[in-house]
Amino acid sequence: MKKRILYGALLIIMMITIVVACSKSISGRTDDIPALQPAKTDIDAGAWKTVLLTSPTEFAVAAPAATTTPDYIAQVNEIKTWQQNLSTEEINSVKYWSAGAVLRWNEILRDLVAKHNLPPYQNADNTYPIPSATNPLAYPQFPFANPPYAARAYAYVSAAQYDALVAAYYYKKLYNRAAPYKVDATVTSLIPQTDLPSYPSEDAVVVGAAVELLKLLFPGDQDYIQQKAEEHKRARIISGANVRSDIEAGEALGRAVAQKFVTRARGDRAGAAVGNQAQWTQLETDAIAKGETPWYSLDLPKRPPMLPLFGKVKAFLFDSLTAISLRPPPPPSVKSDQMRKETEEVLDQIKNPTREKTAIVHFWADGVGTYTPPGHWDAIAAEDFIKKNYSEVRWARNMALLNMSLMDAAIVCWDTKYFYFNPRPTQLNPSIKTLTGIPNFPAYVSGHSTFSGAAATILSYIVPERAAAYDAMAKEASMSRLYGGIHYRSDCDMGLVVGKNVGNYAVLKGQADGAGN
Amino acid sequence: MRVAKTFTVATLLCITACFLSKETIAQTDFDAIMMNKNQFCNGLMYNTSSWKNYWEGTLKRDNQNLGTVSTKSVMYMANYGITNNLNVMIGAPYVWTKASAGTLHGMNGIQDASLTVKWRPIVHSVGKNKLSLYLLGGISSPLNNYVIDYLPLSIGLGSTNLTGRAMLDYQYKRFTVTGSASYIVRSNVKIDRTAYYDTEGRLTNEVQMPNAAQYQLRTGYRGKYLLAEALLTNWTTLGGFDITRNNMPFPSNRMNATTVGANIKYTLKSYTNLAFLAGANLTIAGRNMGQSNSFNVGAFYAFYFKKTGKK
Repeated sequence: MKKRILYGALLIIMMITIVVACSKSISGRTDDIPALQPAKTDIDAGAWKTVLLTSPTEFAVAAPAATTTPDYIAQVNEIKTWQQNLSTEEINSVKYWSAGAVLRWNEILRDLVAKHNLPPYQNADNTYPIPSATNPLAYPQFPFANPPYAARAYAYVSAAQYDALVAAYYYKKLYNRAAPYKVDATVTSLIPQTDLPSYPSEDAVVVGAAVELLKLLFPGDQDYIQQKAEEHKRARIISGANVRSDIEAGEALGRAVAQKFVTRARGDRAGAAVGNQAQWTQLETDAIAKGETPWYSLDLPKRPPMLPLFGKVKAFLFDSLTAISLRPPPPPSVKSDQMRKETEEVLDQIKNPTREKTAIVHFWADGVGTYTPPGHWDAIAAEDFIKKNYSEVRWARNMALLNMSLMDAAIVCWDTKYFYFNPRPTQLNPSIKTLTGIPNFPAYVSGHSTFSGAAATILSYIVPERAAAYDAMAKEASMSRLYGGIHYRSDCDMGLVVGKNVGNYAVLKGQADGAGN
Repeated sequence: MRVAKTFTVATLLCITACFLSKETIAQTDFDAIMMNKNQFCNGLMYNTSSWKNYWEGTLKRDNQNLGTVSTKSVMYMANYGITNNLNVMIGAPYVWTKASAGTLHGMNGIQDASLTVKWRPIVHSVGKNKLSLYLLGGISSPLNNYVIDYLPLSIGLGSTNLTGRAMLDYQYKRFTVTGSASYIVRSNVKIDRTAYYDTEGRLTNEVQMPNAAQYQLRTGYRGKYLLAEALLTNWTTLGGFDITRNNMPFPSNRMNATTVGANIKYTLKSYTNLAFLAGANLTIAGRNMGQSNSFNVGAFYAFYFKKTGKK
C-alpha cells in the first residue's frame, strides 16, 4: 500500500512538473525589438533621387494648420483621450509598429507571399487552372505568389514606399511642423522622440503606398491589409507621434505616389508572363531546333512552365536591351561530356546526403508555402538593417535597392531559363531523387543563385562590414541547390555571376541617389 | 502455465505512417497484461504501412507527385517486471520512408527511443469477473537530429513526448474489454529553416507542437497461448492547423486519425519462452494524415530470472 502511494505520488508530481515547466509559446526574432530610433533624421532626404517620381513635389501636399489653431488643438486632444486609458492591446500595438513602418510592412508582405505561394491543384482533365486577378477569392486564389511574382511585389512596394517617403521628407522639411509631444508637453510620447517634423506622417506614407499596391498584388486579402493599416495609423496617434492630420496627409501622399507605380505595374508585361499553349509549345520547338533536349515539367500531371515570359517584364534598374545583354552564354549541351559529368555529380550529391547538407538544402529551399528566396533575402537584410537604426526613408531606400535588384535578377534569370530551356538533372537521370521540390521551370541558371548573387552584391554596398557574410550566404544558398539534387553546378556558378552583374546596377543607382551610406 | 499469460504482447499501434511514424507507440503500452517479477522479454517488430490517399485538412485526396507513401520500421522492444504490478518498457525503431512517384528522396534513420513505466495499482476480482486499473507514464525522445520538416517523408516529428495514460481492463473468463485514455505533452521542435508560415508568418525555427490525446478500446479473447483482439484507436491532436490547399504538410498540423485493427499473439505451447505476433490496422477517418493501412509481425523471447536459478 505504501509503495502504491509512493508510486502514485511520484507519477502525479512528474506530470504536474512537466505541464508547468513546459511553456510552449514561441516568439519571432523581431517580436520584441526596440522602437526605431534613427541615428540621423535624414531631414534632407527630399533631395534624394527617386525611382519613378519626376520630383518630390509631383504630388502636392497642402500646408498644415498651425499648431495654435483650434483644429490642431482638437487633434492633440484626440491623442490625450486615447492616452488616458490604454489597454494592453493598444500598448502592444504601439510597441509593434514603433519598430519601424518599412520593416513591419515588409514583414506583412512576406507573410502574404508565403500564404499565396501555392501552385494550383490540377483540373479533372489534368490541365491546370490559372489564378484570376478579377476573381481572387475563387480557387485557385490569386495570386500564385511564386518567386518571380514575389520579387516583383517586393520591388514595387519598396520602391513606391521609397519615392513616397522622399516626397514626404521634402514636405516635412518645408512645413516643419513639430511632433505633438513637442507642441504640447502634456502629450506623452510612447515612442522615442525625434526632431523630424511630423507632417506628413512617414508611417502613414508607408501605409498608404503599401495599401494601394497591395490592392493590385493581393486583391483577395483586403480585409487583413486594411485592418493592419488602421491599426498602424491608430498606433501612431496613440503613441503621441502624430496628430490625425499628419496621418491623413501622409496616407494621401503615399497612395498618390503608389498610383504611379500601379500604373507602371499594369503595363510592365508581368500580366502576360504566364503565356499560352502556343508559346509553351514554341519553347519546346525552339530547343529541339537548336539540337537540344527541351525541358519538361516533372510535376504530375505535367504543369505548364512557370511564368515563361517573365523575362520580358520591364526592369527597374536597366532597359530591356541591357536585360538581354546580361543573359549568360549557353549551358553545356545535354549531349556534352561536361553535362554528363555534371549530372553524375548531382547523383553523387543525393546518394548519401549528410545531415549538414540536408539542413543547408532546407534552410535555403524557400519553396512552396514560403516567402520565396527574395523574401529570405529581405529577412536577412531586415535583421541587419534593424541594428543600423536607419530613418524610415533610408530603410525604404535600402529595401528598394535590394528588391529592385531581386526583381531584375528574376527578369534576367527567367529570360535565361526560357531562352535555353534546358532540363533539370532528374529529367536526364530519373534516379536523381531530390531533397526538396523541383521547381517547375528550366534549370539554367539557378534562380536561388541569381537572387543571392544580386542580393549579396547590393547588401555588401549598403552594409559593407557584412560583405564577407553576404558572400558566404550567397554561395551556400547557391550550392544548396546542387546538394538538393535540383541543379547542376554550372547553373549555380553562372547564376551567382549573373546575379552579381544585376546587383552592380543597383550599386550604381545607390551611389548616385544622393543618400550616401 | 502463467508464463503465457504474463508474456507481454508487443504489437505496434497503427497510427503508423500517416504523416508521422508513430511506431514508437508500442502496444505494450496499451494492453492490460503485465510481466511478472524478474521476467524480461524482448524482441523485434517489423511494421509496414502505406497510404495513397490522405486528408488535406478535411479534404480527402491523392497526390500524383507522391504516389503511395510507405513507411517500414524495425523496432526493438523490451519489457521487464520490477514487480508483478510494476513493469518498465523500452523501445526504439529504425524507420525507412519512400514515395512511389514524384521526385522526392526517401529518408531513413533511427527514430525516437521510448521508456514507459506501467503500474497496476488495483485488481479487483468477484467470481469470474476481474477489474484492473493501470496507470502508465512514458517519455519518448529522438535519438538523433533527424529531419523533421520534410513531411510526409520525414521519419518522425522530432518532439519529446510525455505520455500519461489511464487504462481500465475488465475480464470475464477469457473475454476481455480494455479501454484507455492518454494525454501526450509534446515539446516544441526546431526545424532547419528560420522562418515558416502556419496560420501566420513566424520568424523562428521553433515550432509549437500542440499536445495530443489518444483513446483506445480493445476487446477479444485472452487465452493461455492465444490472444486475439479487435482494436479501435483514435489519435486527436489538441490544436494545430490544417494543411492549406495543395500545400505541404507541417509538423504542427492538426493530425487526427481513427483506426480499426486486429492483433493476434501466439505463445508456443512446447516452448513458452517464444511468442509470435501479428497485427493489422486500417485508418477509417483522419485529418491532415495519410489513410494508411499497416501490418506488423514480431517475435519475442522471454527470460525467466528466478531467485534461485541463474542457469
